[in-house]
Amino acid sequence: MKRSGKLIMLACLMACTHLTTAAMAADKISIGYLQTFEKGRLTISVLDQPADNLGLAGAEVGINDNNTTGRFMGQEFSLDDVKLSPDEDMIPALDRLYQQGVRFFVLDVSADNVLKAADHFRSADVVIFNAGAEDNRLRNEDCRSNVIHTAPSRAILADGLAQYLIWKKWRDWFLVSGSNPADKAWAASLRRAATRYGAKIVSEKEYVDTGGARQTDSGHAQVQKQMPVFSQDAEDHDVVVVADESEVFGTYLPYRTWLPRPVTGSAGLQAVSWHPAFEGWGAAQIQNRFAKHAGRRMQGIDMQAWTAVRMVGEAATRTKSADPAKIDAYIKDPGFSIAAFKGQKITLRDWNLQLRQPVLLADGKNVVSVSPQSGFLHQFSELDTLGYDKPETSCKLNQ
Amino acid sequence: MKKTVLRLLATSCLICATAAPAVAFTAYVSNEKGNSISVIDTDTKEVVKTIKTGNRPRGITISHDGKFIYVCVSDDDTIEVIDAKTHQIVGTLPSGPDPELFVLSPDGKRLYVANEDDNLVTVINLEDNTVVNEIPVGVEPEGMGVSPDGKSVVNTSETTNMAHFIDTDSFEITHNVLVDARPRFAEFKSDGSEVWVSSEIGGTVSVIDNSSREIKHKISFEIQGVVAEAIQPVGVRITKDGKKAFVSLGPSNRVAMINAETYEVEKYILVGQRVWQLAFTPDEKYVISTNGNSNDVTFIEVASGKAVKSVAVGQLPWGVVVSPN
Repeated sequence: MKRSGKLIMLACLMACTHLTTAAMAADKISIGYLQTFEKGRLTISVLDQPADNLGLAGAEVGINDNNTTGRFMGQEFSLDDVKLSPDEDMIPALDRLYQQGVRFFVLDVSADNVLKAADHFRSADVVIFNAGAEDNRLRNEDCRSNVIHTAPSRAILADGLAQYLIWKKWRDWFLVSGSNPADKAWAASLRRAATRYGAKIVSEKEYVDTGGARQTDSGHAQVQKQMPVFSQDAEDHDVVVVADESEVFGTYLPYRTWLPRPVTGSAGLQAVSWHPAFEGWGAAQIQNRFAKHAGRRMQGIDMQAWTAVRMVGEAATRTKSADPAKIDAYIKDPGFSIAAFKGQKITLRDWNLQLRQPVLLADGKNVVSVSPQSGFLHQFSELDTLGYDKPETSCKLNQ
Repeated sequence: MKKTVLRLLATSCLICATAAPAVAFTAYVSNEKGNSISVIDTDTKEVVKTIKTGNRPRGITISHDGKFIYVCVSDDDTIEVIDAKTHQIVGTLPSGPDPELFVLSPDGKRLYVANEDDNLVTVINLEDNTVVNEIPVGVEPEGMGVSPDGKSVVNTSETTNMAHFIDTDSFEITHNVLVDARPRFAEFKSDGSEVWVSSEIGGTVSVIDNSSREIKHKISFEIQGVVAEAIQPVGVRITKDGKKAFVSLGPSNRVAMINAETYEVEKYILVGQRVWQLAFTPDEKYVISTNGNSNDVTFIEVASGKAVKSVAVGQLPWGVVVSPN
């Protein structure tokens, strides 16, 4: 009884407010968050060990933000999260969430799994956000009209890095790449960026992953001798660019190269969508509330998940609707934009549903620069100097 | 002979008119990175003193009698009270964490503060320095405006993208008006008829009718040779007669001069880099802009819309207020 009194008061309060007159029964919007979680994944530095709530915490903060706004709109957001092992079939989980009413899915899974989900829901009233996979092919030949990418592509990150290196006049690169597929994909994007922006790869070398432990008690003694020798025979260069997504050797390179040269790519100066130390453009605010919620600071994947959840929230607010079709149409409208602490409005590329976004260049401690660099011009948006531009993409949506 | 004398007289009169000394006011500029306030004589347009403050001073205002300066020192989670005569910090106010902007009630008794981290508007009673109330608002409250009759306060929430109208008697939200992305600032017309809300990322200014609490007009901006993304409206000031408005446009490095009756942009005035907040001199002869990235402020002549002088201040000038006397 007492409780219903409170409810009536709340309802009165809401009815009095301007936007909520017609929204007495809250519209419920459920968002599914699926991630592939590799237990015990090793990194060279323990500081880089992924947190258990990596990505998920970003989605949770996004839900909280949506609900703060939702209070004024009569909209209620909730998150259903699922952790999958790398070889687990994700279709049963997708179906279960769909049956529970979930129509928005934020995925931090492999490119193959993104495609599986997209094709599974091809004719369903579902919107999928790819928050994790950076593969260029999802923005090109394997693009899907029901997948929106909040994760930057490798090409976007590589171009952001290349622009800065060119600005620094570090034009001669020594490219070192790992032997795993992800390393090779990253190296390919770096090569493309070199060609686009006029850098020259003067030497190239592969570091073969032969297995073995990442760090051992006295491992540094060997590494200290291995890295100078490994990098000894390169032509003279301005900068070492390393492609090692698999975390096999990249962070061994700084301070140990034969020539005293800065290291970038997968170690040293890195291109990221977000950084725990970034405080520009009002970012201190989201960093603070994220840290309060998650007990750690915000990483790139957290921001990519937050942005996806906020896009749903923003579209629901603006359309005053929980209807997935209306929200989908609103997000894909050419006029759509969202504020995401990137210093300018963030919009979608209509040719492949990739979020346009600035790239932060950061070392372990701080943000060094933000690309696009001034002077790299574009006839429509300077952000389109990063990644696959409209004339370059092989994506054909709706086919 | 006669003619010459007359002409001379006429010329000297003209000189009299143009050279008539402007009334000297004092402008206070908060330097976000410099942790200081630059004190400027608005007549000579020179910095006469620098006051040291706490960490990251941003929002700045002055009591209606001109005796006390209030400045949000965001990284110290407080508001410092500075004696305008002695330039000494004489106290702090219980602002709540990370205060950024605030507004003083027309009767001078209350300060309404936006607390970004807690999604709250904090109401401070200045007579006994106590918190009167905390009002839950949207995500990242920022801009604060108060109606001339003091009866309502408008808060803008940057991630919720709303202007929240708060009744200052009941402390309840009466209206929520959805505006474009990242609303930064709210400014009432002096007759209370309209509230102007700037949207930094949306790139617009929403003119909200204060009786219907609905958007009656949206002002957008277009500057030749400047990409649309760089046009980011932040500070807004409207003249007392309600005829002219100035809107600072962030990284486009310009201030827009707007006919506040027709909402037409009349002029874009090039000032300094990342122009942020604005303040009129009390005689409305000048409007002063803070240009964060070029470490200066620009005096714009209100009548002509011409930038007459830029003055170097401390590091990252953010807010500005001019003494009433």
